Amino acid sequence: MSQKTTTKTTYHIPVGPIHPALKEPVFFEFEIDGEKIVNVDVKLGHVHRGVEWASRKRNPIQILYLAERICGICSYCHPAAFTLGIEDAADIEVPERAEYLRVIQGELERIASHMLWAGVAAHEIGFDTVLFLTWEMREKIMDLTEFLCGNRVTKGIMTIGGIRRDITKDMIPQITKSLDYLKDNFEKIRHIFLDDKTVKLRSQGAGILTKDDALRLCAVGPTTRASAIKKDVRVDTSYFAYGDLDIDYITPDILTGEVNGDVYDRIIQRLLEIKQSIDLIEQCLDIMPNGDIVSEPNIPKLLNQLKKVEGEGVGRHEAPRGEVFHYVKLTGEDTPFTWKVRAPTYNNILPWIPMLKGEQIADIPIVAASTDPCMSCTNRVGIIKDGNRYELNKEELHRLSVEKTRRLMR
Amino acid sequence: MGFSILPKVFSQMFKKPWTNKFPDKYQPSNTTKYLKAVGDGEVKINPPIPTPPGFRGKIIYDKEKCIGCKLCIKVCPCEAIEYKEKDKKIRIYLSRCCFCSQCNDVCPTKCLKMGDEFLLADSDPYSKGLIVE
Repeated sequence: MSQKTTTKTTYHIPVGPIHPALKEPVFFEFEIDGEKIVNVDVKLGHVHRGVEWASRKRNPIQILYLAERICGICSYCHPAAFTLGIEDAADIEVPERAEYLRVIQGELERIASHMLWAGVAAHEIGFDTVLFLTWEMREKIMDLTEFLCGNRVTKGIMTIGGIRRDITKDMIPQITKSLDYLKDNFEKIRHIFLDDKTVKLRSQGAGILTKDDALRLCAVGPTTRASAIKKDVRVDTSYFAYGDLDIDYITPDILTGEVNGDVYDRIIQRLLEIKQSIDLIEQCLDIMPNGDIVSEPNIPKLLNQLKKVEGEGVGRHEAPRGEVFHYVKLTGEDTPFTWKVRAPTYNNILPWIPMLKGEQIADIPIVAASTDPCMSCTNRVGIIKDGNRYELNKEELHRLSVEKTRRLMR
Repeated sequence: MGFSILPKVFSQMFKKPWTNKFPDKYQPSNTTKYLKAVGDGEVKINPPIPTPPGFRGKIIYDKEKCIGCKLCIKVCPCEAIEYKEKDKKIRIYLSRCCFCSQCNDVCPTKCLKMGDEFLLADSDPYSKGLIVE
């Protein structure tokens, strides 16, 4: 009997830029063989907003609020990284109490972001009851944020050389109440996500990112730590008050004893980080010293001081999604000469390709969501000339890069 | 794990809902008429949840105290503040304001203050309720 040979063909399925399964505009092109994904191509640049360009006509205090609007969920980490950059360039010393307060705000943001992610992940696998359960808990954190900062989302709490609002003694009971609520209910969330059969079926073995791939593609944040790479800016550089706190790298093998680098591990990773953040806030409340919260309360004086600064600074902060990187150059003018933002999702896009290869079409949303992507933060380059969109090839991009380096060095 | 959501469902059935029915328990059949009735004082609205202390809402401007130093204009991130040359006072366009309260911090005479009013939606960005002067 002769075997019948058929020519196998693969199909191309475009997903996005606007698609019901995606929260933000990003374009995927999948090469599909049956139900299996053979190859993936990702295209970005659909939500470029020219934030860095807008900074050229603003002074550093105004940029704080512009930076806050790069991302809604990370509305603290962008101003924080920018402030670190400015403080690096201008050699501003920050009072010790402010450093602790900054840690508290940063960790609160991490809890809110990871809770939000847990809800979205449950929604992506069609488990909407859990979405409402997690977001009910997240609501307490949002109320606490409003209580501490004056608004739920755009916190407006960072300032150059300190922080804008203090935590007084009479505010501490409210904070501990909210944290206790979280700790009491944490077991419930842990039980749902880690013991439930449905979640396990969808997440175990899906979207595997091996340690080698994570290292090679420079993944950051929980995505890389879930693949057992110990990379955390809080521990590596000990900025703010992290050096004084009891903090260590968190990897999923603390709980399970093994690392697979799949979606399930990324869920464990984020749940463990919520627990770590609660612990860090409690430590800060315990050992926070008294004193000033801002080094220079007179803002016009601070702006005049920054006007004279010539130099460049780098700010790195561990955002909920990973390392956020800001570069600022001041040349003795009102406005910074340049400001460059590198959001964590930028690093976490390429790991999508090894994660998605070999998966099924139905796994696309959960695998894509498992890195907690934030497209609006990431889109920094988009070239529109004469109303047309140009894609830059490698040589041209390299040429532009060299040109920019030379321009900056001048 | 069985039906672990059931206890939650039963307890929620007998609990008061979290949602605050604002501005009314049921949606009015005609919004314009409803708003008019509220304006005339015929219908009372269900009050919103009170804001926490330190909330950043609509700016309150004390015109008498203002010395016209323009510092608030210098730090405003969204250029919401206009300087009135004639009487050396400021005008704040709330449709542009981002409620950061930076102008409050910088003001040397403390004539600006964040209020707790937040119901500021309007179809006209230059309506009377959205301009503070």
